[in-house]
Amino acid sequence: MNNQKYLDSLKNKTLFLQGDEAAAYGALFAGCNFFAGYPITPASEIAELMSRELPKSGGYYIQMEDEIASIGAVIGAVWSGGKSMTATSGPGFSLMQENIGYACMTESPCVIVDVQRSGPSTGQATKGAQGDVLQARWGTHGDHEMIALSPWSSQESFDLMIEAFNLSEKYRNPVIFLLDGEVGHIREKVVFPDINELNIYQRNISLEKIDVFGGQRIPPMIEFGMGQRIHVTGSTHKSNGMRDVSSMEAHDTLIRRIYDKISSNRNEIAHFETHYIDNMDYLAVSYGAAARPTMGAVLKLRERGIKIGFLRLITIWPFPIDICTELGKRTKKIFVPEMNLGQVSREIERFVNCPVESVSKIGGISHTIDEITNYISANI
Amino acid sequence: MNIRFSGFGGQGIILSGVILGWAAVLDGKNAIQTQSYGSSARGGSCKCDVIIQESAIYELEPEHNDILITFSQPSYNAFIKSLKEGGHLFYDSDLVTVDTNEFPCNSIPATDIAFKEFKQKIYANMLMLGFLAEKIRFIGFRAIEKSISQYVPTKTIEMNIAAFRMGIDLAK
Repeated sequence: MNNQKYLDSLKNKTLFLQGDEAAAYGALFAGCNFFAGYPITPASEIAELMSRELPKSGGYYIQMEDEIASIGAVIGAVWSGGKSMTATSGPGFSLMQENIGYACMTESPCVIVDVQRSGPSTGQATKGAQGDVLQARWGTHGDHEMIALSPWSSQESFDLMIEAFNLSEKYRNPVIFLLDGEVGHIREKVVFPDINELNIYQRNISLEKIDVFGGQRIPPMIEFGMGQRIHVTGSTHKSNGMRDVSSMEAHDTLIRRIYDKISSNRNEIAHFETHYIDNMDYLAVSYGAAARPTMGAVLKLRERGIKIGFLRLITIWPFPIDICTELGKRTKKIFVPEMNLGQVSREIERFVNCPVESVSKIGGISHTIDEITNYISANI
Repeated sequence: MNIRFSGFGGQGIILSGVILGWAAVLDGKNAIQTQSYGSSARGGSCKCDVIIQESAIYELEPEHNDILITFSQPSYNAFIKSLKEGGHLFYDSDLVTVDTNEFPCNSIPATDIAFKEFKQKIYANMLMLGFLAEKIRFIGFRAIEKSISQYVPTKTIEMNIAAFRMGIDLAK
């Protein structure tokens, strides 16, 4: 069965899916045809589903010996024409960091799912967390930008995965899909679309002999087997791909370009959702699993007459600076529930003048609506 | 409504919750199902929460439950405190000894009946689901049966539905 036939068989279907499974189906709808990975709780369901479904849609699944090999295979597949991805959790994500930098430097579009669990190290292997937010941004070394998305439901996990592939192709950059153990393991209703109604960004391929590592902000790609010579390297390179590791200018030109191609499009990439921001004294900001009870708490607080708005971040990186700055001017205090010790709340502090308070919870159990409601009530 | 299924890994605890959650969606309601388990695969303590409501669901891990179903003494001991006042307790009477009369108790020796009637203990979960569905009429039987037939292995659909129906009869 080819991809089109396979996806037609799923058209408009409604299923009861875990966030992990929904993400995997989203990848299939996005045209993913290569998965390399190594199983790890709480991300194994993605590998499991891909191993079953990817071959049916004409793609390739390979279980590698570890996470370092997995991300290596993913990047290799990109340059052979693959739309490729892997899925892991914190310990595996740590192992992948060097090659994630390689993907940034070689401008290889791919999607890396990190279903976050309690860390550091082995931590609480079966419990969810949101502790890898800054690692997604700065896990690999050197100056680079990053795109990271964080869904809050199974349906959004599906929809956002398609966006993840589109962004990776459009900006020629790896995209980190920041699921968490909570959203990854919730089962809820997911409705599949008709593949023909989706916008799938097609890789910009040049059939002519032009530079694919410069000359324009986001150059087109060529792939192995298309008849042209191509050199792909993680070393500093010129726009034709050949190494130039001694010239300051070559490095400056390359790194500023791969940085700017994302930071200059920040507002186009930065998705978020707002509620009740036109009439608020306080603001709650959250994302992923923690955003669910936060939304419940905002509704409860408003019922009690407390004017609180809600900003839900969908894109974490590049950070949605403008909306934070704007809303920061209109609120007395910002509360940031998250399942870590304040990774995003510290980021918000950089862009607003009002007080920012982290409502952190760790230990593998998500906030309850009452916990957030009571905390905010007691601290306004 | 918050429902918690609990017991040991391998008793079909999580499957019961998945089937009930999907049945609720088929019945036109909002439902989420979550599960938690230890690092060991079988024999460890496990729980599965299902939240069913008409409005959007924002709670992920409810502190209090309206219904607790338990298939093991350790899980009963661990979760009885999570049951709300006026909540309903369901348990396998051969596996759990109850030390409270605070709640309306509903029990059947599900595992024993499953072994005697269906030659396999594994059908205990569907017996209990039928028993629960009849006692608390909150999800249509037809939706639950449709859900069962989608989630259990094809060869065992008939037996699972038979066990579910026997559970309903035992509750009458």
